[in-house]
Amino acid sequence: MDLCYTAEEDTFRSELRAWLADVLPHVPPEPPTHEWAARRVWDTAWQQMLFEAGYAGINWPTEYGGRGATPTEHLIFLEETERARAPYVGMNFVGLLHAGPTLVVEASAEQKAAHLPPILRGEHVWCQGFSEPSAGSDLAALRCRAIRDGDHYVISGQKIWTSFAHVADYCEILVRTDTDVPKHRGITWLIMPMDSAGIDVRPLRTMDGGIEFSEMFLDEVRVPVANRVGDENDGWRVAMTTLSFERGTAFVSELLQTMELVADLAELAKHITRRSALAWDDAGLRRDLGKVAAELDALWALTRRNISEASRTGLVGAGGNVFKLAYTDLRHRLGEIAMHLLERASLSMDDIDELPSGRHVHGRIHGLKMTIAAGTSQVQRNIIGERLLGLPKER
Amino acid sequence: MDFWLSDDERDLQDGIRSFLLGRFPIDVVRAGEEQPGVIDRDRWRELAATGVFSVAADIGMRAAVLVFEELGRALVPGPLAASALAAAWVSGTATGDTIVGVLETLDDPVLVEHPAQVDVLLIVSDEGLLRLDASALTMHTIERPLDTLTPVAVVRRPLPAATRVDTSSAARQFERDAVVLTSALQLGVALGATHLAQEYAKQREQFGRPIGGFQAVKHLLADMLVKSEVARSAVYAAACAVDGAGTDDAYRAASVAKVMAGEAALFCGKTGIQVHGGMGFTWEVHAQRYWKRAVALDNSFGIIDHHAAIIAATL
Ligand SMILES: Cc1cc2nc3c(=O)[nH]c(=O)nc-3n(C[C@H](O)[C@H](O)[C@H](O)COP(=O)(O)OP(=O)(O)OC[C@H]3O[C@@H](n4cnc5c(N)ncnc54)[C@H](O)[C@@H]3O)c2cc1C
Repeated sequence: MDLCYTAEEDTFRSELRAWLADVLPHVPPEPPTHEWAARRVWDTAWQQMLFEAGYAGINWPTEYGGRGATPTEHLIFLEETERARAPYVGMNFVGLLHAGPTLVVEASAEQKAAHLPPILRGEHVWCQGFSEPSAGSDLAALRCRAIRDGDHYVISGQKIWTSFAHVADYCEILVRTDTDVPKHRGITWLIMPMDSAGIDVRPLRTMDGGIEFSEMFLDEVRVPVANRVGDENDGWRVAMTTLSFERGTAFVSELLQTMELVADLAELAKHITRRSALAWDDAGLRRDLGKVAAELDALWALTRRNISEASRTGLVGAGGNVFKLAYTDLRHRLGEIAMHLLERASLSMDDIDELPSGRHVHGRIHGLKMTIAAGTSQVQRNIIGERLLGLPKER
Repeated sequence: MDFWLSDDERDLQDGIRSFLLGRFPIDVVRAGEEQPGVIDRDRWRELAATGVFSVAADIGMRAAVLVFEELGRALVPGPLAASALAAAWVSGTATGDTIVGVLETLDDPVLVEHPAQVDVLLIVSDEGLLRLDASALTMHTIERPLDTLTPVAVVRRPLPAATRVDTSSAARQFERDAVVLTSALQLGVALGATHLAQEYAKQREQFGRPIGGFQAVKHLLADMLVKSEVARSAVYAAACAVDGAGTDDAYRAASVAKVMAGEAALFCGKTGIQVHGGMGFTWEVHAQRYWKRAVALDNSFGIIDHHAAIIAATL
């Protein structure tokens, strides 16, 4: 057991670092969060740059445009890009971190050839159509129906909370193909082009006033059978692959960003006064931030353990659930510390002159989202209790 | 000792609650989000007519906290606490013709709430209680306030000269009473958030049963209730202390109420969002409104940390 990098890994790191130093000064400033058209251009441009430099799909197979590198190199990539404050995946999140990795493992050669390269080049934006109004935590209860009609599936039903649906080109969608078998067995995983007839996307406003996810109404949407990934009625297993990716490396960049957030908060506290004293003079604040920083270092260690496990076994194990629960809980507490430091400035979702109140308030709201999205904290605890500890089920 | 509501107190609270249900239902209150200033002057006068801005002076703090608890639960916006305590220095408050806020000037940035609608501002300072016309301030309105029903503006320094209207002990007492009224609002926010989540947990089904049937959810709701009831006790005790209906130190009791009700409101606000799942993260569902108001109220008249430090100093 060690935390040393090999000579090749060190070379990979220093080359990447040099490349980032070279290109980052030429990246235009990030567009505002909710200007989706401009963001799409920006996200795509960055992904193109990565692709051309050979840094897209670090751990994806080379025949589909990836680099075929090790999970450790993937981690180094995430670490270095974040440290350099390079753009994040943005709306390519689902394509690069959910749908793409699932296709790598589960799709046919034709499907991979058709979809993986455009994802890597940033040309196709994907969304995830799993949740439904009555199937959230109980995802397997989904009802969106797909009926076979010759060489097509005809899909009718409703999805909800579909992030990026209003900008996506493709949707990884779970549909019910058999209603007569236990709920997990009658589900199929399909690639649905978002320009198909019969899709009505209605954006929902989130609590920060912006648009991020949508309701999606599907009325006899025809999707070719050739777009099915895995067997008919085997979609639950395919989907679980996706979800384990979601809980694996998908949070690495976030974790590193959060470390920066803590460093920036400490820096801020050293410059602002609260009740006529320097905020940093408050021992309580220093202790709180110190604890959070300790937890983040430990979670970084957990991440490296998880990655090492994945390198050996090819799978993200239970460490993914442990990480999600611990990390999202921490984000709540960190958010509260930041709000207390800001005091009255936390009443503003915009920055106030030089004070980054907007950034920290949005960070707090992000925490509120993270304990719900991608499986709530309660559900994570159930999984840990039942699968890791072997405790009896409640239901 | 009889630390339980009298029949009159119960009637008062029931009365204001049904008034608010009729005249300030949540859908009416939130409609204010679509207007440039969220306070409707006619409705403000209606609040005045029911005694919201005179109850503290006319009846006492115990009656006032019962009224303010309901105002908090209903998410009624505006500088309620300051307006209810300003009659001695500003005319037209009891009738609702004048809206009075406060300016907390110690640290930067100085943020004023309801900048477009507040008429007069009071400042608690070491020299005493100061008064300022809001129109004298140079302000920059924040485009996206956290709580849309609590619009804010940054006040540019230097601040215009303010008139001293009372002694520093009067100022301290004003602040103490405002702390107690604010804690009553926070208690109401905690109760409102809990009620909404409780109803949702009974009705929303996953895995073939109401989510409230899962212990994980049941325990979240139980914690919300516990925090709220502990806070309620602290708020009512502070009101008794202010009214002299007991021997507790009113200043310390006020800080205790602000800490406990502040914690309850923030906890119930965020937990209410969690209980709603994805729904909780939407604009449409009210869960987020309680959390945002909880943040706004924590920042009125001193945050939890500030009051905790005051209490620590008494140990
Ligand atoms: C910002 C955001 C983005 C999202 N993006 C997507 C997306 O792109 N695609 C997609 O498909 N989905 C997406 N989701 C949906 C997300 O996966 C669901 O919101 C989540 O799984 C919870 O489901 P729900 O909202 O139906 O809540 P519910 O399942 O109704 O949960 C309500 C409450 O009940 C609790 N609960 C439910 N079941 C149990 C149980 N068995 N034991 C204990 N407690 C329980 C929950 O923890 C929660 O507190 C997103 C959600 C958010 C908030």
